[in-house]
Amino acid sequence: MLSRTADHLYWMARYIERAENVARVLDVAYNMSLVQAPGQTEASLWEPALSIAGNEEVYREKYGETSATGVIKYLTMDEDNPSSIYSALQSARENARAVRVAMSSETWENINALWLEFAQFFGVDLSVGRLREFCDWVKSRSHLFRGVSFGTMLRDDAFRFIRLGTFIERADNTARLLDVKYHLLIPKVETGEALDYYEWGAVLRSVSSFEAYQKIYRDSIVPSRVAELLILRDDMPRSLHACFDEITVILDHLSGRHDNECRRLAGELHARLHYGKMSDIFAQSLHEFLEEFIERNNFLGVEIQRTFLNAHGA
Amino acid sequence: MAIALRRFMNKSNKSPFDEMLLDGNAVRSIYQSYSSWLKDNPYQQLESKRAEAELLFRRVGITFNVYGETAGSERLIPFDIVPRILDAKEWKLLSDGAIQRVKALNMFLHDIYHKKEIIQSGKVPASILRNSQYRPEMHGVDVPNEIYAHIAGVDLVRTGENQFYVLEDNLRTPSGVSYMLENRKMMMRLFPELFRRYSIAPMEHYPQVLLNNLRAVAQPGVQEPTVVLLTPGAYNSAYFEHAFIAQQMGVELVEGQDLFVRSNAVYMRTTEGPKRVDVIYRRIDDDFIDPLTFRPDSLLGVPGLLNVYRNGGVTLANAVGTGVADDKATYIHVPEMIRFYLGEEPILSNVPTYELSKPDDLKYVLEHLAELVVKEVQGSGGYGMLVGPSSSKKEVEEFRLRILANPSNYIAQPTLALSTCPTLVENGIAPRHVDLRPFVLSGKTVSLVPGALCRVALKEGSLVVNSSQGGGTKDTWVLK
Repeated sequence: MLSRTADHLYWMARYIERAENVARVLDVAYNMSLVQAPGQTEASLWEPALSIAGNEEVYREKYGETSATGVIKYLTMDEDNPSSIYSALQSARENARAVRVAMSSETWENINALWLEFAQFFGVDLSVGRLREFCDWVKSRSHLFRGVSFGTMLRDDAFRFIRLGTFIERADNTARLLDVKYHLLIPKVETGEALDYYEWGAVLRSVSSFEAYQKIYRDSIVPSRVAELLILRDDMPRSLHACFDEITVILDHLSGRHDNECRRLAGELHARLHYGKMSDIFAQSLHEFLEEFIERNNFLGVEIQRTFLNAHGA
Repeated sequence: MAIALRRFMNKSNKSPFDEMLLDGNAVRSIYQSYSSWLKDNPYQQLESKRAEAELLFRRVGITFNVYGETAGSERLIPFDIVPRILDAKEWKLLSDGAIQRVKALNMFLHDIYHKKEIIQSGKVPASILRNSQYRPEMHGVDVPNEIYAHIAGVDLVRTGENQFYVLEDNLRTPSGVSYMLENRKMMMRLFPELFRRYSIAPMEHYPQVLLNNLRAVAQPGVQEPTVVLLTPGAYNSAYFEHAFIAQQMGVELVEGQDLFVRSNAVYMRTTEGPKRVDVIYRRIDDDFIDPLTFRPDSLLGVPGLLNVYRNGGVTLANAVGTGVADDKATYIHVPEMIRFYLGEEPILSNVPTYELSKPDDLKYVLEHLAELVVKEVQGSGGYGMLVGPSSSKKEVEEFRLRILANPSNYIAQPTLALSTCPTLVENGIAPRHVDLRPFVLSGKTVSLVPGALCRVALKEGSLVVNSSQGGGTKDTWVLK
C-alpha cells in the first residue's frame, strides 16, 4: 500500500488512542479530587495528569499555577496543546479524511460522526460537572472506533497499520501512567493502606484494570502487584506485555520475509516482557525500567516511521 | 468545477418549459405517476425526508471544503428530492448527441496536435493554435487509441419539448459524477416505493465502465495495467469525489508526493517499495501537473511526469492539452468538426453564437446589446460578461466601449429560457431552472451510463446553477 496511506492510518489510530488515554487520566484525577485525602492540595491532585500528558512548559506559560480548571481546559479543548483531546481528535479525523478510502466505509463514517458529535462540547465549560460525561464520551468513541475497524475491515496491511498505531501509543501511555504515579507516590509508600487503595486503585481504574486486579489477586492493592499487572501480564489488554504481543505479530506480517530493525527492536522488548521477572525490575528500580521502556518504545516508533511510512524509493 | 455562463434570462413573458407541467397545467406523461404520488405526500413528510438526506450526506462526509474555514464547517451541496425524469426517447437523443460530439472533439484534438487538417481545410481558423490552452508540448505525441478526453462532461440545457442546446463541453477534469451516483443511492433509500412505480435505468456501474476504459488506454504491451487516481489532496474542494471514485474503482488514490519518475516510468511509493503506475486518472489541471514543464511553483504535481508521458511511459486521463477544445472560441466550431471528421450532421445544437471578430456579427450584436449575453472568450465563472436583459442602460453602454476596444475578445449569445423542474423549496414545491451534465466515457468504446448530474438553481427565477452560487443537485431518472 502507499506509504503515505499507511502513515495516515497509523497516526489516525495513535491519535484516537491518545485522546482516550488523556480522557482516562483526566477521569481518574477528577475522581481522586472527589475523595481528596488530608494533606493533598488541588495542585498535587492535578499535577500527575499534566506530567503524563507532557508539555508542561506550555501549560505554565499559558495558565501559570496548576489548577483543576487550568489542567482540564489544557488537556481537553486547548487548540494550542498538541496533546489535548481536541487536537488529538482533530488530527485523527484529518488523517482519516485523507485516506478515507483505505478503510472500510463504516470505519470512516464512525470517525466522521465522532467529529460531528464532538461539536456538542465546543464552548462548554467542562470543569463544572460535565467532565465525566465528556471523558466517558471520548472513551466510548474510541471503543467504537476499535470495534468498527475490527469488525468490518479486511485483514490487510491497512488494518495492521491501524492496529500498530493503537498498540505503540497504548504501550507508551500505560508506561507513562505507571511511571508518573509511581514516582509521585514513592515518598508515601509507607503511608498506609487506605491511601494505597485510593491512589493505586485510581491507577488501575485509569486503565480499566480495577476489577481485573480484584479477580486475579483477591487481595489488597499493593504497588508491586499493580506494576506486575500492567507490565508483565499478557492477559491484561492494556499491559505492556499485551501490547507487544500484538506489535511483534503485526511487524512480522508487515515485514514478510525481510529482516529489519523494527522487528529486532520489538522482539527484544517483547522478550524482556515475556521472560522478565518483577523482582528483577524492582531491583533495577521500576522508574528506571519504565523510563528505558518509554525510550525504546519511542525508538521503535521512529524506526517504524523510517521503514514503512516515510516515502522511500525515489 | 468549470463554471460557464448560466444566466440565460427569460426574454419573453411566456413561462419557460417545465419538465413536469405543460402550459395548461397538464402533467407531462412521464411525470404522471410521480405527480399522483406527490399528492399523497404532504409537504411536512417531504421536508422530513429532505432533512434525513442532509443528515445522511453529512454523516458519510459528502461535503466540499471551503478554503480557510475550520474543519468542522465543510459544506454540503444542497440535494433536492424531486427527480428530473427523462424518457427513453429523450435520452437517446441526448446520449447520441453527446457521444457524437465527444467523438468529434477527440478527433479534433488528435488532428490539431498532428497534421492540423481541419485548419488546412479552412474550417477552423489557425488562430486556435495561439490559444493559451493549446499545448505545443503535445505536438506529435501519440496517445493510446487517439483518445484525449477520456472523461467529458457535456453541459446541456433545454428550452422546449424538443429543444436542447449544448452550453459547453468540459474536457479537462469535469467533476460532479459522485453526486450523480450518491443522489441515486439516496433516492433509493428515501423513496423505495417510487422505484417500484417507475422502471428506471441503472447507472451505478459508472465506476466499472470508467475503470475498463482507463485500463484500455494503457500503453501497448502493458499486461495488467495499474491505474491510479491523482488528487491535489484532502483540501481540494472536490476531494470527496476523488476519494469516492478511487474507492469505487478499487484503485489507489495518490497525491503528487506519492509518485516519482525514474528511467521513463512513473512509480508510486508503497510500504513494500516502488510500484509501477501505467494509467493516471488525474484530477489536477495541466498547469499543476509537472513543475518542471508548467508552473514551477506547483507542489501538487510530479516532476518529470510530462517527459515520461510524451515518451509513452504512462497514460494520462484526460490527456494534456484538451483545454483548447472546450474553450469558448473553439465551441463555435464543434458543429463543423462533426461534419468534417464524422461526415454527419450534429444531433445536438450549439447555442447560436456571434463572433465579434466578424464585422457582420459585431454590427448585429452592437445593435441588440440589451437582449444578448456577451462573454469574454477567455473568461469563466461569470466574470467579464454582460447579461443584456438584466443590466442597466449604463452598464450596457460601458460594456459597449469595452467591446469596441477589442471586439475579437468577445462572443455573444441570445438569452435562453432554461427549462424548470419542480423543486422542494421553503413553502412547498415550485419550479426552478435546471441544466444537465451527462458524462461521456471514451477508451475502449465511447459510451455513457443512463444518468447525469442535474443541477438546479434554488433561488427563485435564478438561472445560476453552480454550487458556489447556491445551486443544488437532483437525481436524474432515465426511463427504460
